[in-house]
Amino acid sequence: MTAAIENKAPAASGQLATFRLDGDLYGVEVEHVQEVLRSQQLTRVPLAPSAVAGLINLRGQVVTAIELRERLGRPPRPEGTDAVVIVVRLRGEAVSLLVDSIADVVDVDASDFEAPPDTLEGSARDLIRGAYKLDGKLLLALDVHKAVGA
Amino acid sequence: MTQPDAAHEPVRDVREKAVTVDGLDDIVEEFLVESHENLDQLDSDLVALEQEPNSRDRLSSIFRTIHTIKGTSGFLAFNRLEEVTHGGENMLSRLRDGALELTPTRTSVLLQMVDTVRALLASIEATGGEGAVDVSAVVAAISAAMEDAPAEPAPAPAPAPVAKAPAKAPAKAPAARKAPAARKAPARKAAAPRAKAAPAAKKPAPVPAAPELPAVLVDDLLQGAPVVMAERIVEEPVAPESVDHPDTDGAGGQGRRAVADSTIRVDVDLLDELMLLVGELVLTRNQIVQNVAKQTDTDLIRSSQRLNLIASELQEGVMKTRMQPIDHIWSKLPRVVRDLGIQCGKSVRLEMEGKDTELDKTLLEAVKDPLTHLVRNSVDHGVEKPDARKAAGKPAEGVLTLRAKHESGQVVVEVADDGAGIDPAKLGAKAVERGLITVDALNRMSPADILQLIFLPGFSTAAAVTNVSGRGVGMDVVKTNIEAIGGTIEVESEAGVGTVCRLRIPLTLAIVPALTVECASDRYAIPQISLQELVSLDAEKAANAVEEVGGAQVYRLRGELLPLVRLTDVLGLTSERHDGHVVIAVLRSEGRRFGLVVDRVINTEEIVVKAVGGQLKAIGLYSGATVLGDGTVALILDVQALARRALRTETVDRQESRAAAAAATVETERQRMLLAAIGGGRRVAIPLDTVTRLELVRTDAVEKVGNREVVQYRGAILPIVRLDRHLGAYNDSEREVLEVIVYADHGRSVAIVVEEILDIVDGEAAVRSDIDDLGLLGSAVLGDRVTELLDVRAAILAADPAFYSTHPTALTPLPTVPEGTTTSLLEV
Repeated sequence: MTAAIENKAPAASGQLATFRLDGDLYGVEVEHVQEVLRSQQLTRVPLAPSAVAGLINLRGQVVTAIELRERLGRPPRPEGTDAVVIVVRLRGEAVSLLVDSIADVVDVDASDFEAPPDTLEGSARDLIRGAYKLDGKLLLALDVHKAVGA
Repeated sequence: MTQPDAAHEPVRDVREKAVTVDGLDDIVEEFLVESHENLDQLDSDLVALEQEPNSRDRLSSIFRTIHTIKGTSGFLAFNRLEEVTHGGENMLSRLRDGALELTPTRTSVLLQMVDTVRALLASIEATGGEGAVDVSAVVAAISAAMEDAPAEPAPAPAPAPVAKAPAKAPAKAPAARKAPAARKAPARKAAAPRAKAAPAAKKPAPVPAAPELPAVLVDDLLQGAPVVMAERIVEEPVAPESVDHPDTDGAGGQGRRAVADSTIRVDVDLLDELMLLVGELVLTRNQIVQNVAKQTDTDLIRSSQRLNLIASELQEGVMKTRMQPIDHIWSKLPRVVRDLGIQCGKSVRLEMEGKDTELDKTLLEAVKDPLTHLVRNSVDHGVEKPDARKAAGKPAEGVLTLRAKHESGQVVVEVADDGAGIDPAKLGAKAVERGLITVDALNRMSPADILQLIFLPGFSTAAAVTNVSGRGVGMDVVKTNIEAIGGTIEVESEAGVGTVCRLRIPLTLAIVPALTVECASDRYAIPQISLQELVSLDAEKAANAVEEVGGAQVYRLRGELLPLVRLTDVLGLTSERHDGHVVIAVLRSEGRRFGLVVDRVINTEEIVVKAVGGQLKAIGLYSGATVLGDGTVALILDVQALARRALRTETVDRQESRAAAAAATVETERQRMLLAAIGGGRRVAIPLDTVTRLELVRTDAVEKVGNREVVQYRGAILPIVRLDRHLGAYNDSEREVLEVIVYADHGRSVAIVVEEILDIVDGEAAVRSDIDDLGLLGSAVLGDRVTELLDVRAAILAADPAFYSTHPTALTPLPTVPEGTTTSLLEV
């Protein structure tokens, strides 16, 4: 519910829950994250947009799963590796994101923020709010609203 | 509020408590709730009153309702509300006492008053005040309606001395009104005898006044107001208690009160929550039952069976709490029909069957507007004007029938009129004119299919846009609304006889019985509401029974052709069933049937519908998702959308290939043909679109009427034409069973007897020649053999000369009769 405000201030300080995807480190605002689950059984949805990986049963609730690799235009996850499910709650509706692995919750400072690097291309560029320069690595801040609006 | 203790306290104490303890807001809320309920009753009462203007009971009941509202509004300082109801009450009291006669004008004025009261109540509900609702017009109308009567108000006999009373009396009324909320039984019982006494006591007051003044000046009338108030005052001291009981009179009233005493009001949100929980419980139950089935522990199995039973009963019980009789929404319709009838200059009687049929409150609300729309439509477009009806040999008064019933876990609601019906030809022409379909597509459609066109967006058959309906937003909106709650709508009509709109509504939204099927190793749920039957064909049978017609597959289901749709094709998947078995779920959508081919059927299960996210809704094939017994998620197929998508693409495909064929050979028209042998080695082709059913008839079932052969078929007499004799091919083999092709149109049917039904072929490749004979259109090469093209029309006329006489297009004379063969058949 604080999402809208959060969105309009891209350089905000705060906590990001971070995860890895195809070798990069991404983060979403911690307040959106409801829970993180191990790989779940997915029910595929024929004719759905390609980024919709399927539906999962979250304690009786049906939740759509978005494959972030597909959403960000990355290659599919290698065979034999299971995705981790991050359940986010936006405007009261739960949606889940499939990522490679979960990492720490990181405190970020607005002064470290920079607009998306020009090398980012295509669909990914719209979904990344920008990057936080951490020690020795970049943390890409995911615009979670756009990411689930497949 | 519902403390039982309070119920046994003396009346007055409770009243005082009600006023002092509860805030005013509570009183206003209670007042609004009860007033709304009473007003609904009032509408029906007023219309019923028109039928029997002398019913004192009804008048008394109406009077008391208005009186109650007036009393309370005075107390709550809703002055305009009081002013309006006061006027109404005046008129009603005089009507009740026989001083005035009830005329349609007066009824209208009273209804108008009710509307104004509603508007005021709505405003109070929304803003807490009376807002900007203007009452002067209604008050004037009431005065005027009273004025034009021969009998007029009493000469002011002592209004002054009693003038204080009204102020007091209404003050008591709301207090007493609190009482029912507290379920205060003793107070009611005490009130009952008094209420009965009241009318008797009141009577003398107005009666002497009646005969004296034949005409009154406006000034007098203005003075008349306090006068009437005086007359009312007489009963006021008695009335407050009776005020709570608009239905005190008669046994019906007693019965209803008993019901009211044993009920409590519950917040709908709470019920919704309970329903959700029960839904979850049912899901969990399903999972437990499924898991326990694998166990051997008998105790566990027994308790799981018990859980199963209790969960089912609980589910049913909770569902019942949300059930309301459909009469709740029907009660408003007599008024609608009456007003509309007057507006349109038509006389329409409304009949209702199955008022007590119950359905979920949420669904009831959702059905209200569509139903009202259908009723308005029927009155406006369906029922003809009285003179037109007389000309058609029908009674001048049209009948609009509402029917509701439970049918296999659904509620079926019908809106039927006995009007002119819908002419498929006109409807089709209109659809073409509007560019909604092509002429080609129209020609291939059966009359029943054409009728469903009225649900297309932007379709209105009304020649002129009237005030009432026909503005182009209509049936499509009705359909959308009905489908939004998982229901279906279809229309049937017979020219000159009437139209029936049939709604099928699920009993409840939350939990629906569904069939689970497997397709490409995923499971899907199909709501039972659309399911008609299941057909399973083994590989051997499937190879023969599933026929391919121009790329489209069909199956002959008991002789009727069922278009097949493969779920894998629709979903863009690959079937994992390779053994040739075919499993068909026969589904109904919008009055059409089609067969959905799935990999296998799993079972039937009660499912709880869960909404899916926006991305999935946009696909338009799934109405939601559910969690199955084993915990996996299954998508719920939206059968309507599926049919629309699958069957339309099919038509488009065929149209395209048809266009291509037309371009290649101008004369050849791509048409599906039924090939039949008629004996003597001759084969005829019959256009498939003229075929309704294929049947087998025992030869000994053929009877004679005059010189004509008939057979009893589905409760009707079906004339027979033997194609061999009709076409002069002699076939002497007497067979025990006849193969017949049934052709039906506009409620008439004929049977065409052939020797053997051979095949269904595509007429595209036909090479035609003009060699024609009597009863034939020509001949063509179909399936490497020369085949004669049957003149279906002539054949049908041979069986039933009157067949087309009711048909709008039957303008051509009878074709010449083939010599010697069928002449006898044509004589009656």
